[in-house]
Amino acid sequence: MYGKKVKLRFLFLTLILLSVILSVFLILQSLKDNVVYFQSPSEIKSLIELNKKKLRVGGMVKKQSISINSDEVNFVITDFKNEINVTYSGAVPNLFAEGKGVVAEGFLKDRNYFLATKILAKHDENYMPPEVKEAIGDK
Amino acid sequence: MFKYFKPNKIFAITSRAPKYVLFLFIIVLTIGLTEALILSPEDYKQSDAVRIMYVHVPAAWISLGIFSSLALLSVGSFVFKNKNFSLIAKSLAPSGFIFNVIALVTGSIWGKPTWGTWWAWDARITSMLILALFYGMYLLAWRIYQDKEQAIKITSMIAILGAINVPIIKFSVDWWNTLHQPQSINILSNNSIHASMLIPLGIMTAAFALFSLLIFLMKYNTELIKVKNKGLDRL
Repeated sequence: MYGKKVKLRFLFLTLILLSVILSVFLILQSLKDNVVYFQSPSEIKSLIELNKKKLRVGGMVKKQSISINSDEVNFVITDFKNEINVTYSGAVPNLFAEGKGVVAEGFLKDRNYFLATKILAKHDENYMPPEVKEAIGDK
Repeated sequence: MFKYFKPNKIFAITSRAPKYVLFLFIIVLTIGLTEALILSPEDYKQSDAVRIMYVHVPAAWISLGIFSSLALLSVGSFVFKNKNFSLIAKSLAPSGFIFNVIALVTGSIWGKPTWGTWWAWDARITSMLILALFYGMYLLAWRIYQDKEQAIKITSMIAILGAINVPIIKFSVDWWNTLHQPQSINILSNNSIHASMLIPLGIMTAAFALFSLLIFLMKYNTELIKVKNKGLDRL
């Protein structure tokens, strides 16, 4: 069917691809902590030791948890299993709201308290016109 | 089977087709932009910023699609030594690169008002940047290597190895926590995007695909003229 050279080139390509896929997989596995953009409150709770490095916590803003004092915003990030209290001073993005996704960047004071230096709003995959949202109701 | 690709026949098509494709592209783009910018509703949460999506998402899809075809064509040209495949791949690459850059730039413009940042080193965005680098390498390799045989070998390798990145981009939002939202369009289950927004998205994708086809035909035509000028009647 195919010549010997064609088969050899195909084998060569397959071997290269397999080895590179394997190495990429191993690299991504070992760098998992760096590939992940943020950690959930549950993952923070199960940290063995707290280090001083900057990290990101992500989850939902707990309903009725936002309180704004003079120049400070306090709220709770939850993943519906564990929670973490966050304090932040500065402007929050427009989409920052209760019951919506958020990623906070900053430093961990202890396992329950996070001092944020930057707040990012996480958008979910739902796109719909306002009328439809009203019809569905606020779930 | 590949010897039935007759350059003369292909040339007859590529030299005439662009003007029809251009005509079709302008019509579809006009309909698409009207749908996306005027007729489609605003989003309940991000209001008018959602309109960036109608450029961002099709551009990202097309750039991924083109890179996948580059890889497949490169396997064909590397294994079967068919030069036509590498000419097709070479002509496809520029529009894929342009759409990749458009996806990155529009994503950045969207990210500022919604997320609150221009750039985030999350898995989806970083892997998309790596794709742009692979596109850059691919295009540069064609220019750097004067020797045709060598250029074909090196560009095929770049395209094939870069293709490993494609599934990583696709599944990055499922495998890791990312700032980028997961996909809204599912073939197997329900879409989490409303039909009134899906229609302009579809039309814009068609328009961008036509644009890629247009650029491809023009580039490919030039490549065939180069082949003809060398006095070769086959590739």
